[in-house]
Amino acid sequence: MPITSVSSDASALTLTVVGDYPVPVERLWEAYADPRQLERFWGPETWPATFTRHDMEVGGRSEYYMTGPDGTTSRGWWRFVAVEPPRRIEVEDGFAHEDGRPNDDMPTMRMVFTFEPTATGSRFTGVSHFSSLEAMEQLVQMGMVEGMKSALGQLDGVLAEPAPLAAERAG
Amino acid sequence: MVVSRPLSDAEIDRVFHSLADATRRDIVARVLAGEQASISALAARYEMSFAAVQKHVAVLEGAGLVTKQAQGRERIVRGNPERIARARELLVELEDLWKARFSQLDALFSDTRSQE
Repeated sequence: MPITSVSSDASALTLTVVGDYPVPVERLWEAYADPRQLERFWGPETWPATFTRHDMEVGGRSEYYMTGPDGTTSRGWWRFVAVEPPRRIEVEDGFAHEDGRPNDDMPTMRMVFTFEPTATGSRFTGVSHFSSLEAMEQLVQMGMVEGMKSALGQLDGVLAEPAPLAAERAG
Repeated sequence: MVVSRPLSDAEIDRVFHSLADATRRDIVARVLAGEQASISALAARYEMSFAAVQKHVAVLEGAGLVTKQAQGRERIVRGNPERIARARELLVELEDLWKARFSQLDALFSDTRSQE
């Protein structure tokens, strides 16, 4: 499993996550650059993500939705602020209406992903910047909490037998 | 579940506006740690006027982060840990989401390698 560290700062409204992977940095980058791979890990297992657009270039957009256990969907978009392969991605992340149009009434957040080679593979660092507690509240309220809990419940199994479970999901 | 009692948008804005100031964060940290401070004691600590500290405390009080209680002629400031805890809870939810992403990404890499 990746050595993972997660730290958050409630007063600064930032969340920093670090993961180490036993793959070259180009492979790690590819997992984020290829929407078919990205959607295999972006959403919790019970709220899988589907990317319908992934134009990974400065000014480009991604559109995705996550489907819950009862079939309800939660839609979102990214706008790429910086794309520096295979080192750094910066996106603005927001919610979207059913038809995919950005929902301007909802808060957005900024995410900065950095990718770097290490002695044993590569390291991912993700920093999420929230504009307000409201932005965090809405993320949590968009049906993701249950999905997260269930994904966590399956975490042990995933870690114990990563390859079979991944193969099953890929179906 | 922690989302069962969300703050209203206006309340949330007040919480984070309050915490955007270093002096106010320090006041909150002290009173949350159990320090019972009067406004005049705080004013002495920060080397700023009584009125300036009173204003900071009023902002924190408006956001629900602290309460003021009369004790004799003094006004004692006490912390309200619930609001701060709420921000922390939300970050924990999001941390959990990232942990799930990491384990799934790891599974994806394991899967890819096993196919090679």
